[in-house]
Amino acid sequence: MKQNNKIKTITLIGILLLFISVILSITYGAKSVGLSDVIDALLGRNLEDYNVNVVQARLPRTLFGIIAGASLSISGVLMQSITRNPIADPSILGVNTGASLFIVFGISFFNIQSKLSYIGLAFVGALLTSIFVYRLASLGYSGATPIKLAISGAAISTALSSLISIIVMPDSSVMTSFRFWQIGSIGGTSTDDILLLLPFTVLAIVVSFLLSDNLDTMLLSEETAIALGLNIGRTRILAALCGVLLCACTTALAGPISFIGLMIPHLIRSSIGSSHKPLIILSGIYGGAILIISDVLGRILGAPGELESGIMTALIGAPVFIYIIRKAKLQSL
Amino acid sequence: MIKNEIIFHGIEKRQKHYYIAIFIMFIILAILVCLNVTIGEKNYTLAEVVSIILNGENNYIIMKLRLPRTIAGIFCGIAFAIAGNTFQTLLGNPLASPDIIGVSSGSTVAAVFCILFLNLNRGIVSIISVAAGLLAAFTIYKLSCKNGFSNSRLILTGIGAQAFFTALINWMVMRAAEYDVPTAMRWMAGNLNGITTDTLPLLVIVVILAFAIMVYCNQSIRSLELGERYATILGVNVSVVRTLLMFCSVVLIAFATSISGPIASIAFLSGPIATRICSNNQTNYTSSALIGAILVIAGDFIGQNLLPTRYPVGIVTGLLGAPYLVYLLIRQNKGGVI
Repeated sequence: MKQNNKIKTITLIGILLLFISVILSITYGAKSVGLSDVIDALLGRNLEDYNVNVVQARLPRTLFGIIAGASLSISGVLMQSITRNPIADPSILGVNTGASLFIVFGISFFNIQSKLSYIGLAFVGALLTSIFVYRLASLGYSGATPIKLAISGAAISTALSSLISIIVMPDSSVMTSFRFWQIGSIGGTSTDDILLLLPFTVLAIVVSFLLSDNLDTMLLSEETAIALGLNIGRTRILAALCGVLLCACTTALAGPISFIGLMIPHLIRSSIGSSHKPLIILSGIYGGAILIISDVLGRILGAPGELESGIMTALIGAPVFIYIIRKAKLQSL
Repeated sequence: MIKNEIIFHGIEKRQKHYYIAIFIMFIILAILVCLNVTIGEKNYTLAEVVSIILNGENNYIIMKLRLPRTIAGIFCGIAFAIAGNTFQTLLGNPLASPDIIGVSSGSTVAAVFCILFLNLNRGIVSIISVAAGLLAAFTIYKLSCKNGFSNSRLILTGIGAQAFFTALINWMVMRAAEYDVPTAMRWMAGNLNGITTDTLPLLVIVVILAFAIMVYCNQSIRSLELGERYATILGVNVSVVRTLLMFCSVVLIAFATSISGPIASIAFLSGPIATRICSNNQTNYTSSALIGAILVIAGDFIGQNLLPTRYPVGIVTGLLGAPYLVYLLIRQNKGGVI
């Protein structure tokens, strides 16, 4: 009962945080607008007014931020559960870099233009990289320990980024537009992007939500899960596919945004425990809120221009990562 | 004394093997240096180059471009290699090189800031980035000390710090004026372009000094390789030696970084390659220094002359390093080192 109340309180705080961050994201920026303009824009009044147009330009970005943050964060939950490893995250595992590499490769050698094929490329790249990094880390007798996973991820990520540089470096005009794929930003997204992203993310989130009971069982231990009649292999593959799909879609449209998938699930887990249903929902809410807040912070710190949200999430997330490492028991590293 | 013919025979054989390996590496380095000095947009014969250098002729291409570039390449290579090798030895993990655990990017942050926003000259940039590198290393070390020092925690903290520093660097690059960005990006990839003669003497002095200190600590390092406990038993003051060596390595890394930018994979590759070649019966300072110099000069030569576009040396070495990195990870994980 107490646990339920706690979950309710945290959900309420999360929704409130999300609401505040959305308001901030729409009103604050190079041109700040008032709440009345926001209401006008939503109701479709005063369409000639400049401020209303500003609001309409910021809406897709904010919506995209919510979806991207939620996807990344849920992707982190799934990866951490499958690998049974507290620091698994798309950026630590090098999955984002893999997705970026495939996209950069596709654009410069096959002249691929459509955003749908970006998603396809990103998915293939992310899937291959995550399988590779995980296999690499689980060689040897002790399995994929956090340190082996982190080193394999960091190493592969370094290797892949030098490949990206090779493709990008020769042409400095190309370099300016490709910088995006190395940093990650939710600015410059449009309504089309959201419509493109939504089916994939909704599918993946629904599937992972359906899997959550099975994931709970798997937390006990593999043997117990098998004894309870769970098809471990299928659960794991489905969850992994969802996790990869979620971060691949986001990376395809926004570039690599790091550490959201690491810090949000960790914070949620430490306050409500590891039951997957509330974990997935709350990670989604808080992930969206934090990504939007990072984006707003980027606009404040980067004034008069703005700072890419990928940079902001790394600046906030890296200290959280170090904090998690510091708190972890020595044996579990 | 043990008097066993077979053991002594084995030691002698390995010593011989070691000296032959060092000799061959010297030859390779010499050949690469000759290639690097003679070939380019305008080709010279070796005799011409030698006479230009000996007579101190005022030849712009040789004296102002290729010679400083080659010297800087050699010494930066040595600096990265021995610093990386020291970290790997002290932390007992071939993957714990300063470019993976964030020390190099700590000094890169300071250097990028000085170059892009303060427009300082290279000498001051070097000093500031050395200070920043030391600060970064100290912070990472302090953050990973809780209930005692642990190598794995240090590495993980370093990976986190690396991400943080990279974000800072990206921030500065994004804020910088548009026309500065390609320069900064090229510099960050590790580049020997635009090296002037006035920065060289300091680099050479620092590298030689640090090398001398490390060779002086030779015996202690070999004891440390056995593990901290054995080193203490053998009479090594572990904390003093470790601090001194770390200090030297950070100075080397930061100094080389401020001159050439972070040249990828050198710090990380040289030690393991040297160990493979010389089968680790010596402290591999000399051999890894040679390997580092060879890698940088070869990478620079390939990047300048053999590829369709001119690539900075760091891109070439990064590409060369990637497969080896994967191979090393596979071998290490299979062997259960971590």
